[in-house]
Amino acid sequence: MIKATIPPGHSWNRLPMIGAVCALLGAIACAILGAANPKQFFFSWLVSFLFFVSLTLGALFFVLIQYAAQGGWGIVVRRIGETTFATLPVMAALFLPLLLGLRDLYSWSVPGAAEHDALLRWKAPYLNVPFFLIRAALFFGIWSFIALLYYRGSRRQDVTGDPGVSARLRRFAGPAIIVLALTQTLASVDWIMSLTPHWYSTMFGVYFFAGSFVGFIALLSVVAPAIRATGLLDTVITAEHLHDIGKLLFAFTVFWAYIAFSQFLLMWYANLPEETIWYKARIEGSWKTVSIFLMAGHFAVPFFYLMGRTVKRRGATLAVGGAWLLAMHFVDLYWQVMPTLHPEGLRPSVLDVAAFVAVGGCFVAAAGWLMRRQALVPLRDPRLAESLAFENA
Amino acid sequence: MPLLVPRLPEGAYYGILAEFTTAADLYRACERVRDAGFTRWDAHSPFPVHGIERAMGLRRSPLPWIVLVMGLMGAALGFGLQWWVHAAAYPLVISGKPYLAWPAFIPITFELGVLFAAFGAVLGMLGLNRLPMHYHPLFRSRVFERATDDAFFISIESWDPRFDASATKKLLDSLGARSVELLES
Repeated sequence: MIKATIPPGHSWNRLPMIGAVCALLGAIACAILGAANPKQFFFSWLVSFLFFVSLTLGALFFVLIQYAAQGGWGIVVRRIGETTFATLPVMAALFLPLLLGLRDLYSWSVPGAAEHDALLRWKAPYLNVPFFLIRAALFFGIWSFIALLYYRGSRRQDVTGDPGVSARLRRFAGPAIIVLALTQTLASVDWIMSLTPHWYSTMFGVYFFAGSFVGFIALLSVVAPAIRATGLLDTVITAEHLHDIGKLLFAFTVFWAYIAFSQFLLMWYANLPEETIWYKARIEGSWKTVSIFLMAGHFAVPFFYLMGRTVKRRGATLAVGGAWLLAMHFVDLYWQVMPTLHPEGLRPSVLDVAAFVAVGGCFVAAAGWLMRRQALVPLRDPRLAESLAFENA
Repeated sequence: MPLLVPRLPEGAYYGILAEFTTAADLYRACERVRDAGFTRWDAHSPFPVHGIERAMGLRRSPLPWIVLVMGLMGAALGFGLQWWVHAAAYPLVISGKPYLAWPAFIPITFELGVLFAAFGAVLGMLGLNRLPMHYHPLFRSRVFERATDDAFFISIESWDPRFDASATKKLLDSLGARSVELLES
């Protein structure tokens, strides 16, 4: 029998408390420091919000493709994904502070911005505040609906053991992936791309998706070995599962680089002002250093690090790769957002840390609270036996 | 031509061939042959048997290293060729870009890296398996044809240091082989 819940007194039980304390301290720091510099606060909050919301969206995609493809190997780590995306309603609440700073964040939302700007006037039917708010509400509504449908279905199956749940969720997974792809694309356009409202990129949605999936797999690469190392599921999650997580991490690191470079290459080569404007801010001054660091740190280093087999099969080495790529995913988002606020160069702020601790604390508290209330694997999923016996050929 | 002809040592026998009826029998027999210390032997099955490489005690293939080296060589060649053409041999200004316009070189660098890695994987696999090989002494056995149908085999080569025609035959008999035959070379 699988020892599937966190036993009383185990250190994972402290996660909600640790998260709540972080969230509280972070929020206090944000309130004090942000009052003096609200603009910096909103940008810092946006980066941290995007970081954690992208992890939940990556988790949603991870679980949806497993249902759609009837994947067997990943059942034992599926609940880590389910726990991650079940925090989406919390993410919706963390979006609210940004509404106070729309004019600080998005220049198109300032009244009269479009009056003397032909491009903004042309984009106004899409880029206007009421429609922006409606879309944000729709995104969170749709994502939370899918997330809770899959989370509750899986939890209910723990009790009933009804294999029909898996069949129903599988049928829904295909359409849900399409809906997720569309909403995630539009969300990235709304929240990140419209920071530079003149800019066009038809690839940006895929870029955000690639980053979000790398982000979640990186999180999984840290959490799965951590759960094992603390004596939970140590006979359930094996080197074979870690190996497959590592393969996904490697593959989507390459995919991210492929998409990021494709977006850059086409704009660099065509040299059209409304496209190059975004990169111009990022290949000058200290942002250029960040760009080069991103190429090396988000692609070259993990590419060679994760290539070998042994690195992916050992919990400690996989977790190092995962933690590194999580950090790089944050740098990636920071590099996408912050040059709008600081075009003159990299200007790290204490508020970046405060916002990260606050948003991250909420995420950890919510996920940790869910972990305590549930089995750590879907106990009665019809494919659990297949996953337990999984071996790489 | 040396790749196409099996280079086998001279001797009275090629080796010994044992037939098993199930994959499970084959798996268990492989473990025993491995534990008996044989090194020049092989298992034959109509379909892949999970974990057989562990039962046989096979070392990991050096193929990944061949692929890595070939891939890096292809990437270096792809980048080097473009650098030489565009920046050294025949510099031309193309759409206002510098001679060494490295972003434009990346797609071909990437493609040649992948192409050479694929060459390394396919040709390296063939080379390590000594393929193509059009004749093999095992083909003399009539029952061996069923290795592609419904029977499982272990073949032990006569130049294995532990090979002894009668003792090895006895070992394979004791492992539940349906038939054991000595093959002339």
